[in-house]
Amino acid sequence: MKPTIQLFKAERFSADEAGTLTLPNDADPREAALDRIHTVQLQFPSFTDGRAFSQAFLLRRRLGFTGQIRAIGDVLIDQLAQMQRSGFTQAVLRADQSIDHGRQLLAQYDAYYQGDAVDVKPHFAAA
Amino acid sequence: MYQYTAFDRHFVQQRAAQFRDQLERFQAGTLDGEAFKPLRLQNGWYIQRFAPMLRVAVPYGEINSAQLRVLARLARDFDHKEVHDTSKANAALADVPSLPDRCAHFTTRQNVQFNWIPLDRAADAMDLLASVNMHGIQTSGNCIRNITTDALAGIAVDEVADPRPFAEIMRQWSTLHPEFAFLPRKFKVAITGAREDRAATPWHDVGLRLLRNVDGDLGFQVRVGGGMGRTPIIGSVIREFLPWHQILNYLEAIVRAYNRFGRRDNKYKARIKILVKAEGQGFTDQVEAEYRDIVEKDGAPHTITQAELDRVSAFFVQPDLRCDRKSADAKIANILKAAAEDDIEFSRWLTRNVKPHQNPDLRAVTLSFKRLGSAPGDATAEQLERAAELVDRFSCGEARVTHEQNLLLPWVSCDQLPELWREARRLGLAKPNIGLLSDMIACPGGDFCDLANARSLPIAQALLARYQDLDELHDLGEIDLHISGCINSCGHHHSGHIGILGVDKDGQEWYQVTLGGSDGTRLSGEAIPGKVIGPSFAADEMVDVIEAIVDTFRAQRQPAETFVNTVKRVGIEPFKTAANAVRVATARTPVAA
Repeated sequence: MKPTIQLFKAERFSADEAGTLTLPNDADPREAALDRIHTVQLQFPSFTDGRAFSQAFLLRRRLGFTGQIRAIGDVLIDQLAQMQRSGFTQAVLRADQSIDHGRQLLAQYDAYYQGDAVDVKPHFAAA
Repeated sequence: MYQYTAFDRHFVQQRAAQFRDQLERFQAGTLDGEAFKPLRLQNGWYIQRFAPMLRVAVPYGEINSAQLRVLARLARDFDHKEVHDTSKANAALADVPSLPDRCAHFTTRQNVQFNWIPLDRAADAMDLLASVNMHGIQTSGNCIRNITTDALAGIAVDEVADPRPFAEIMRQWSTLHPEFAFLPRKFKVAITGAREDRAATPWHDVGLRLLRNVDGDLGFQVRVGGGMGRTPIIGSVIREFLPWHQILNYLEAIVRAYNRFGRRDNKYKARIKILVKAEGQGFTDQVEAEYRDIVEKDGAPHTITQAELDRVSAFFVQPDLRCDRKSADAKIANILKAAAEDDIEFSRWLTRNVKPHQNPDLRAVTLSFKRLGSAPGDATAEQLERAAELVDRFSCGEARVTHEQNLLLPWVSCDQLPELWREARRLGLAKPNIGLLSDMIACPGGDFCDLANARSLPIAQALLARYQDLDELHDLGEIDLHISGCINSCGHHHSGHIGILGVDKDGQEWYQVTLGGSDGTRLSGEAIPGKVIGPSFAADEMVDVIEAIVDTFRAQRQPAETFVNTVKRVGIEPFKTAANAVRVATARTPVAA
């Protein structure tokens, strides 16, 4: 998979407040006011809390949101491929994570079985 | 069985390489234990009491002889007790010298486990498995687990449709699904294509049943929210009929609803069954609305095409076994009759271990891994090698791991039954006890498992030792005995006609007994958890307790009545009274369960 998600170090990152919306984990993105919003931040209170993956899918795929979807919180390099496939375009990594290794991990798989928020068709339909 | 394509093979190799990188970072200290944990779990690696445990995926239980040989190699060359420090981790609870090693263990979810492979050899083990297209993908962790089915899939005489092509398509769909790798809790799917449910589907997070509607179209009945654990619940039907090509879209809707709304604040309330119970019709409405959106707004990209079903189904055609029809039925019947009359054990084996087949020339034969001196479902390296030979010689190179922790040979010619029986008996795998009391299900229990409250294996051994007399076992008839070492219920005690549950009280091992549970088969009746027969028993009372229960059945039963039907007819009271009468250690100080 071609790495496209932009990676940032937490300590060097400051969000541009205007036009950025941070959604709580229990929010339904379909009820969010997205007018003039260029970036939606989705949170990982712990990297094992997977709710933001479904939120990203609904934003990107269901609603056709074209702005940035940014992962914040407990963001680790081993979940980056999942994030990119679910529609995230930016990830602000936890301070101890290696950006370089993260980029390598994104390229570990050439292709996947199922469709996702970005490559919509599953392997069997794309082939 | 399914043959891996270049894409599938490459995928498994990429997975092995990914795991090697994760393990190396963990060992180098750049990946901390907490971050590594879900990654190793989703590759099947647990950390248990004395050593890691590896759970190898056997998708819907289908395995070939080359894979069995690699499992034998893992058992022989990797599964070594002596390389671990067993003095730690409360060694007092287990009799360490007696614990088996150099063996594999068949699980109730049709997978295979190893208990003694050191973590520093884990990446090598995964490479070896990948050489025969095996892996541990999603055999643990809070994700969609191995999809299980009927061990008689594709050969059962009561089959509506073969569930294996759908199980394979679902395997591919669920493998490394980006959205569903961190669910609130584990997620288990079972699928049956037969009229008789041999896959315990009502006990699963999602239970699927293939059926035809009034127009003759094929589809699924969909159940959601079944599960065992401390809150046993039978799944609810949320769809009576879903056209087959929509199954992935519908599963996506179910799992998305669960991922968004399932509880994450309490591990014991995190399974989908709790959400389904709490929301009731609201859950069904949510799933149906999400499903409509997937179809209408997302364009239903995972709709299974006829071409894809045909492509996958082509792998599951019956092997070309040309029995000579001229010599067939009458002659075979004569051979079997003569052999059976000659040897009562062979006759019993034909009755218990041999099942009818869609092809009238063939039979399905179960090798019994329930025998004295071995843990239920354990197979040594040597036995795996020999079993692989039998699989090659008698079953077109294919076998199935069964929910009951045995190995089934699906393609056996009728006229080879006497020969197979002799070979299996030589290996000690021809015990004619399938479906009987000694064909018990048991989890590894406190001997190995970090979660267990009590040991399962010594209880299983003691009961196996007590019930060795085949006359007695055959007279008692079909009894499902299920043993779990803790309330996580890996040994399915809730669904046993007799269920045994290990409980902990002040650091001592106690056992709670339930009666009348059912997995949902016709023999056992509608799926239901068993009823507790009173306070827990001490370990050394357990054989007497089970004997008292079995003797009560003998006294109470009507002609040809099965154990579970007697329990249903007379209730648990007579059994409870009999069990209480043999209490010794717990007679004066009953322990609240």
